[in-house]
Amino acid sequence: MTTRIVELRRGILKKNDELAAGLRQQFTSAGVLVLNLVSSPGTGKTAFLERTLRELRARGAQAAALVGDLETDNDARRLAASGAPVRQINTHGICHLDAAMIASHLEGWEGVSLAGLNYLFIENVGNLVCPSSYDLGERIRVVLLSVTEGEDKPLKYPGLFNSADAAVITKIDIAEPCGFDRELALRNVNEIRPGIRIFETSAKTGTGMDVWLNYLAEQAGKA
Amino acid sequence: MHELSIAASIVESVIESAAAYPGARVKEVRLRVGALASVVEDSLQFCWELATQDSPLAGAALVIHVLPVIVHCDACRADTEIAGVQSFRCPKCGELAADLRQGRELEIASIELEEPDKIEEPVEEHV
Repeated sequence: MTTRIVELRRGILKKNDELAAGLRQQFTSAGVLVLNLVSSPGTGKTAFLERTLRELRARGAQAAALVGDLETDNDARRLAASGAPVRQINTHGICHLDAAMIASHLEGWEGVSLAGLNYLFIENVGNLVCPSSYDLGERIRVVLLSVTEGEDKPLKYPGLFNSADAAVITKIDIAEPCGFDRELALRNVNEIRPGIRIFETSAKTGTGMDVWLNYLAEQAGKA
Repeated sequence: MHELSIAASIVESVIESAAAYPGARVKEVRLRVGALASVVEDSLQFCWELATQDSPLAGAALVIHVLPVIVHCDACRADTEIAGVQSFRCPKCGELAADLRQGRELEIASIELEEPDKIEEPVEEHV
């Protein structure tokens, strides 16, 4: 018997990465800004997205959403109330979305063509670990953190926070009764992802939504 | 939690690469995993056993080499390794450093094969 070492230097998620690169190219040429929203379960991704979709439509923009959950189409039904086209992705136990799921759900999506959209939001499965490894072809990865979760969340999940392009603090309307230490939270986010844009919002009262929507418009303009 | 998907991707990729060496058995698979890659080593080892059993890779060892995070500091104009993943600051000057140069790797570095003697060299494909 002889032993041989074969150098591979091959990305483990190469297939996903290649598929995501293809999607990114497709999104760019269609001129649609794609955002991947990631957070723990219960942060308020759906409420935040619902308000974002509603306000974008009021501003005359075309927006759609793909929403990932292990089971149920509850979130898709909630988001559809905004009037935007929404499609549910059920992962049946898988803890993250991957590029293949995005590609297959873009196909045959009745009434939606990428070229007709300004924005496509992808609401990932509620999880702060696994989605960080899977590129979905998005241009902007948004991490969300609510005031009820503890200011040290970024320190506990550095892999995901460090991979984000923008951070949104949600439920800011109940920051005070929760004893939320704003300075500490902002400092922790910045310690893990220096220089990241941070938005402080409430989907309930609308606080901070204007700043967020202006950022979206500005980013879409860069396409 | 996604370590099983990762293990399955490694198995698929290694079987594909090892196919160029007929008759060889894969003894060891060596990975390079960045400290920020969100992969738990113990969990991946556990899933590796599950993913390889009943496959041509059954019994192959998985060796995980963890790479520390390296940031580039604009002020020092240097790439420096940081201790841990709790603060992305240049260890030399203390400035925040957003430019990550290492730490997200998730790759198969190499595989070790055991081959019967006098096996013919694989035919190299030239593109």
